[in-house]
Amino acid sequence: MAQARPSMTRFYLLLLAVAVAGGGALWWVVRGSAPKSIPANIEVSAADTAGFRGYILGSDTAPVEITEFGDYQCPACGQFEQMQFPTVRAQLVETGRIRWRYMDFPLDNIHRWARLAAHAAACADEQGHYWPMHELLFRNQAVWSSDSRAGSLFRDYAGQVGVDLGRYDSCMNDIKYAGRIQAMAEQGIRTGVNATPTLLIGGRLYNYIGSDQIKALVDSLEQAATP
Amino acid sequence: MGSALLALVGVLVSTYLYLYKLGLLGAIACGTGGCETVQLSEYSRFLGIEVPLIGLLGYLAILGLALAGIQPKWESARWPAQALLGLTGGGVAFTVYLTWIELFVLHAICRWCVGSAVIILLLFLLALLDVRRHRHT
Repeated sequence: MAQARPSMTRFYLLLLAVAVAGGGALWWVVRGSAPKSIPANIEVSAADTAGFRGYILGSDTAPVEITEFGDYQCPACGQFEQMQFPTVRAQLVETGRIRWRYMDFPLDNIHRWARLAAHAAACADEQGHYWPMHELLFRNQAVWSSDSRAGSLFRDYAGQVGVDLGRYDSCMNDIKYAGRIQAMAEQGIRTGVNATPTLLIGGRLYNYIGSDQIKALVDSLEQAATP
Repeated sequence: MGSALLALVGVLVSTYLYLYKLGLLGAIACGTGGCETVQLSEYSRFLGIEVPLIGLLGYLAILGLALAGIQPKWESARWPAQALLGLTGGGVAFTVYLTWIELFVLHAICRWCVGSAVIILLLFLLALLDVRRHRHT
């Protein structure tokens, strides 16, 4: 059997050392990178929801509150956000007639990135950038929904809305808001939500309804409340 | 030997970028912030194939040829050096195209891409010297 020359042996050992060191570094980076999913089977603690009622938009003194249970990857939710919500926001929220409350209701079995998107939004909320992030996630839903790099795209969106990415990375790596998201999902189930988007208006649940119907419901609730 | 070592570094760099494209890395380590702009752009695919995957396959081929060229039975053969010259020449041309896109279309520079550009250029120069050496022997 041919013997390798000593210089060649040293060279192969060097090559092997570089391959092992490089491979190890890559393994370490992948292992320590941001989570690819947010656990759903998490036990919710009181601290997860302390002082949190959902993501609120509008005045504290608005006479009517509408709660939306939504999923960032649900196409109907995306359509509602694009087609109906701008009118609702302009005509009802910004005029002080209603307060909008958004609750996460990720449908994990059909939307693989929904909970990760909800967590990305929660991490943006931590820095006061929730609604721009919420809007950007829905606007780009078609882009990230089928992309294996969804987590990277969320980070990119976070950067676009002005989130400090160092703090965002820590928040995502720590899976800081998994309990809060699960608490919202459990609240949705207790309320009777079984699809998204579902709106809770005046104690009743409505699936996708348009801005005109929402306005009509608000009108009737206001009339009923008038003495 | 130098070519094999450089090609191995190229394999590691392109693997890192490909892992990012596969969504296995949360964020890419890049001081300029341009890496994500480049890697998430429409130009990060070429003919429907992820560019880092093209790089990875190219560097693996170069590594294979470089190792073949230093085997005793092929030490005096010209074909490994000529094949390396052709492959690295193609790599340099592709790198020039990608760098042009970075500079003049995306206006973003990815440090990992610059690193890969330096590696492929050095590999090309080594292959050129090797071909010349074979001509004179």
